[in-house]
Amino acid sequence: MKVVIMGCGRVGAWLARSLDADGHSVTVLDIDSYSFRRLSFPRQLPDFKGTALVGNGIDQESLRRAGIEQADVFVALTQGDNRNIMASQIARHIFNVPRVLCRIYDPLRQELFTSLGLEAISPTTVFAQILKERLVS
Amino acid sequence: MYIIVIGGGRVGYYLTRALLDEGHEILIIEKNATICSTITEELGSICFRGDGCEVATLEEIGTGRADMLVAVTGDDEDNLVACQVAKHRFNVPHTIARIRNPQNESLFKKMGIDVTVSSTNVILEQIAEEVPTHPLTHLLEIRHKGLEIVEIKIPPDSGTIGKTVKELPLPAGSVLSLIIRKARKPIIPAPNTTFKAEDQVIAVTNPKSEEELRATLRGE
Repeated sequence: MKVVIMGCGRVGAWLARSLDADGHSVTVLDIDSYSFRRLSFPRQLPDFKGTALVGNGIDQESLRRAGIEQADVFVALTQGDNRNIMASQIARHIFNVPRVLCRIYDPLRQELFTSLGLEAISPTTVFAQILKERLVS
Repeated sequence: MYIIVIGGGRVGYYLTRALLDEGHEILIIEKNATICSTITEELGSICFRGDGCEVATLEEIGTGRADMLVAVTGDDEDNLVACQVAKHRFNVPHTIARIRNPQNESLFKKMGIDVTVSSTNVILEQIAEEVPTHPLTHLLEIRHKGLEIVEIKIPPDSGTIGKTVKELPLPAGSVLSLIIRKARKPIIPAPNTTFKAEDQVIAVTNPKSEEELRATLRGE
């Protein structure tokens, strides 16, 4: 499948490389080209062979250049909850991407936007739950 | 009215001053502590320090009883989220967002934001009015009715000059409201009114017919 990932941080780069290694067509978008160093380092995964593009994921032109019109999946993984929400809503409502995933750190906002129809994950609650399970088991 | 303003920057500050003068109850939400204390010193205790996109903050300041929320931070994404939280979590009847990138307008509308104000577009329109060759200027948008009031100038070499109003095939839904002519009182167009060079025509139209109206009036 064709995947567009916004945000080339640790999670974004890791996801991009492992999807790429599985043979998917991946484009990563980041406003800072320095972030793309994560696509070749660390070495646990093969080097990234997809497309890395400098651009702002809440700008419709940048998304078009990243090929969002042909994408099957869009994943929003920047540091900003609001940026992720807005980019996901653009992907869904302007470009009709079939599957849109969104990271929202703030659990309350994650709950609200899930109820508004976004497929949103809060690392905060997920990770706290993992820690808790380890501690009490 | 109880009005919540998100963002205490320049726009938020002057907006709040104007709204206070009109006697409204205003609360500004601002993240930055320095800006917060400046506003409190100058306008009294009407500034709450916090993140206006957070449900917790909006809960604390009683957003449930707000009549209106205006999001005027410098970031479109923050304004979009603040308005959506206000609308869907607290049922605020009226949400207004400032937009920096005019392209975002359609998304904001789709997401249910009641009114969007694009500073870029406002400035563009102002500039367009000052450029004498600009063929069509948007004067006013009539919200929720899909109508707009525009101004069209008749160029000196236009094929329209000498023709009467009834001779022109105006697009459906367009009405000529006023003709402004040099050194004369404004004229309310009648079927037999004749167009002259440099006439400024004020018309009510809709975004779909706008291009056709411009071409018809300018004789293009």
